[in-house]
Amino acid sequence: MRIGAPKEIYPGETRVAMTPASAIELQKLGYECLIEKGAGDASRFSDQNYKDAGVKVVATAAALYKAADVVAKVRPPEDIEIKRLRKGQTLVSFFYPAQNEKLMVAANKKGANLIAMDMVPRISRAQKMDALSSMANIAGYRAVTEAANSFGRFFTGQITAAGKVPPAKILVVGAGVAGLAAIGAAQSMGAMVYAFDVRPEVAEQIESMGAEFVFLEFEEEQQDGAATGGYAAPSSPIFREKQLEKFRELAPDMDIVITTALIPGRDAPKLWLQDMVAAMKPGSVIVDLAAERGGNCDLTVADKKIVTDNGVTIIGYTDLPARMAAQSSTLYATNIRHMMNDLTPKKDGKLKHDMKDDVIRGATVTYKDKITFPPPPPKVQAIAVQKPKAPEKTADEIKAEEAAASLKAGKQQTMLLIVGGLIMLLIGAYAPASFMQHFIVFALSCFVGFQVIWNVSHALHTPLMAITNAISGIIILGALLQIGGHGFIVTVLASVSILIATINIVGGFMVTRRMLQMFQKS
Amino acid sequence: MSAGIVTAAYIAASVLFILALGGLSNQEKAKRAVWFGIVGMAIAVFATIFGPEVAGWSFMLLIPLMGIGAFLGAVVAKRVEMTEMPQLVAALHSFVGLAAVFIGLNSDIVGTHGLVGAEVSIHEVEIFLGVFIGAITFTGSIIAYGKLAGKIDGKALILPGRHVMNAGGAILSFILLIMYMGDSGSWTLYLMLIIAFAIGAHLVAAIGGADMPVVVSMLNSYSGWAAAATGFLLGNDLLIVTGALVGSSGAILSYIMCKAMNRSFISVILGGFGGPSGPAMEIEGEMTATDAATVAAQLDEASAVIIVPGYGMAVAQAQQSVSELTRRLRAKGKNVRFGIHPVAGRLPGHMNVLLAEAKVPYDIVLEMDEINADFPETDVVMVIGSNDIVNPAAEEDPNSPIAGMPVLEVWKAKTVIVSKRGQGTGYSGIENPLFFKENTRMFYGDAKASLDQLLGLIS
Repeated sequence: MRIGAPKEIYPGETRVAMTPASAIELQKLGYECLIEKGAGDASRFSDQNYKDAGVKVVATAAALYKAADVVAKVRPPEDIEIKRLRKGQTLVSFFYPAQNEKLMVAANKKGANLIAMDMVPRISRAQKMDALSSMANIAGYRAVTEAANSFGRFFTGQITAAGKVPPAKILVVGAGVAGLAAIGAAQSMGAMVYAFDVRPEVAEQIESMGAEFVFLEFEEEQQDGAATGGYAAPSSPIFREKQLEKFRELAPDMDIVITTALIPGRDAPKLWLQDMVAAMKPGSVIVDLAAERGGNCDLTVADKKIVTDNGVTIIGYTDLPARMAAQSSTLYATNIRHMMNDLTPKKDGKLKHDMKDDVIRGATVTYKDKITFPPPPPKVQAIAVQKPKAPEKTADEIKAEEAAASLKAGKQQTMLLIVGGLIMLLIGAYAPASFMQHFIVFALSCFVGFQVIWNVSHALHTPLMAITNAISGIIILGALLQIGGHGFIVTVLASVSILIATINIVGGFMVTRRMLQMFQKS
Repeated sequence: MSAGIVTAAYIAASVLFILALGGLSNQEKAKRAVWFGIVGMAIAVFATIFGPEVAGWSFMLLIPLMGIGAFLGAVVAKRVEMTEMPQLVAALHSFVGLAAVFIGLNSDIVGTHGLVGAEVSIHEVEIFLGVFIGAITFTGSIIAYGKLAGKIDGKALILPGRHVMNAGGAILSFILLIMYMGDSGSWTLYLMLIIAFAIGAHLVAAIGGADMPVVVSMLNSYSGWAAAATGFLLGNDLLIVTGALVGSSGAILSYIMCKAMNRSFISVILGGFGGPSGPAMEIEGEMTATDAATVAAQLDEASAVIIVPGYGMAVAQAQQSVSELTRRLRAKGKNVRFGIHPVAGRLPGHMNVLLAEAKVPYDIVLEMDEINADFPETDVVMVIGSNDIVNPAAEEDPNSPIAGMPVLEVWKAKTVIVSKRGQGTGYSGIENPLFFKENTRMFYGDAKASLDQLLGLIS
């Protein structure tokens, strides 16, 4: 079968759904690859690059749609592209079926099968084709570089001959994929990064990226990310108030604010209000990644960079991934390639649209003239259900526990000593003096043994066993003492003992030496 | 030689033995320490032979016997493969056990000359104890040898009422002891010998393959106690000292092994493997296979690599290939280290010896506690033939049979490559969620073959 990628016609769209590298992989799956002339130009992939990768360059979009069995795109199709679809053809692209119902109906009428890359369920197995995450990752990174571009100072703190530069303070609101990517990028540029999220379970992820989690003192039933497929859910009004109060407190301190808060299927929540913008220092920058959905900031204008009266720059670009076309295309094309991989289980170049597969079923919007959106919930949950945590212990409690433990250990030791002493007394009362003398030797040797062996390095445990083996051959002394004539049987048994004990001694020592010789320092 | 000089020699030998064991605290000192042991042993044996208690004519017997023994010991020590160390150690333990049995029997035959009152009872208890411990050590070691050498099935033999059988045997032996002390004759001793043989064999038969490190160290301990009991029997302080040293050494090793598996000593010794206390956590995800080319590329890109070897590496005799891989990666400036779990392999410290044999420098071979914190900063972890010791269920699933066992947290690394024969479970039969993690790649095939394939791709 043939898979083709047309040139994107949406204004300003620079990405492309197939790269020379992904084409090579697709050909390994048995597909023939087509690309529209000039489709990769904006992403810096020339037609020649594609040709070198074995891709056929087609002159027009119309011809490509005609020739291809599978069309891979980035943006949802425009009306004219819908018209070009034909029955049985498969279109793989972003689609946003919830917002684009008309398009969906139109495509269904054409009889095309639609696979929406934005509908891929968020389960572990499907991560390799989660295009939303790969784009969000790029958006988060780009948000930081855009902010750096508009920000008039260094990110990192420096002490130079020309004076001291304080580090930039960055607040990231919403620690999803984009938020975490922004944290990572800002952190690596040397800024002091703070991050906030309504889902307390991401605190760990935020801290793992090196940022500081902005903690909100709030007693409420914690919302469980597992119930919403790993996304945030709307919060209660009281919680919202608390949250805004915290932001208000932080606003004068922050140089850069990056907001990424989105709730699936809703307008972006307003989190950075006018008064907070007013409280910020001149020269500060706000990057609103939620601009497409109305923005997290009151003053955001979608697709524009504006400067407020008090000198705060607010960036509302909605095409951040497209501003890094080469990177976005590479990742997106790889996501598409993974999707095709799952759609071609036999790697024979034949599409097998398996509606029983959770991932494929979830992403399919129309199939065989039927609208299959919305999909049933996936069988596998995106993330494990949070276990209720045990309440944190206070320092006092820990101290008390430690004290109790040491008291218990002390008691145990005393008890052991008392019991041991009593047993000794008991033995001493009955046993003859000669025995007790040997017993002293025995008890002391045990103690010496314990002290000595604790210091043996773990790595030398095998040599330790071998050498203890050798020296336990000391039992030969017993046999030596007996061999001197107490009848035939005694002599035979003693002889055998001497023989095997010697094997033990010589074998044990030699093998220990052999082993120890092998240990070498680098 | 007078008795005084003999005693002086014994003191010297005791000190040398303690120094020999103490020297094992680090690799460099250890090489010297062995000589202390050898010299100590030589002093002890010569002092005894030339001492007043050994008759002159017995030289005729001693020289050929010790000659043959030394020759056999040397041959075995030269020939043994390092992967076969567990078997050898077990076999040598059985010798000590058997010698203790013979010496005990001899003492019974010789009788209680010149002893009076409580001394006689003590002497009889000593004979009985010496034979009992010796017999258990002997058959236990033979079974352990068989299991380790693969001559008998490594699975735990679970007989119905096995605890009752063991306890019954012990009680019966105690009754026989009372009868023996009541002058019922030597047959009680022989009957007890048979019972003790049975207990020893049965005890070890009930313990499965992965618990072998504990068993071997336990037998090590027993062989020491057998020697100490013999020392009491003969009134020989050097035997007592040495036996006590060896006995406590084995006991500590057993304790360390049990700690490393988060199991009580008793539960290991009584055998069998505790069943799960509830349904195991469901594992989601799938195993993702990989191939040599991808692994080679990943290793090439990595800067920090940790290798976690297990018994599978020993079985496949892959240590030389591992060493070569390590050498090449280190030559490229990568930080390659080894993470060793205390119970990896079938003998305490087994992996260290194998790696040392393959000339892996010991300063990059680290213990679990030393390396566990470094996994999050590691690019690639290669798990070669280990399973339970890297099982995240030990930490994540409270119902897992190995819950609470300290494990190497390999899954925290960026990528984990598991070299494994097939998709089966490990010794304990527990599913390993590690294999299903997103950052885990399964590199199927015999460990040695897989590594050799890799070596072809990494120059």
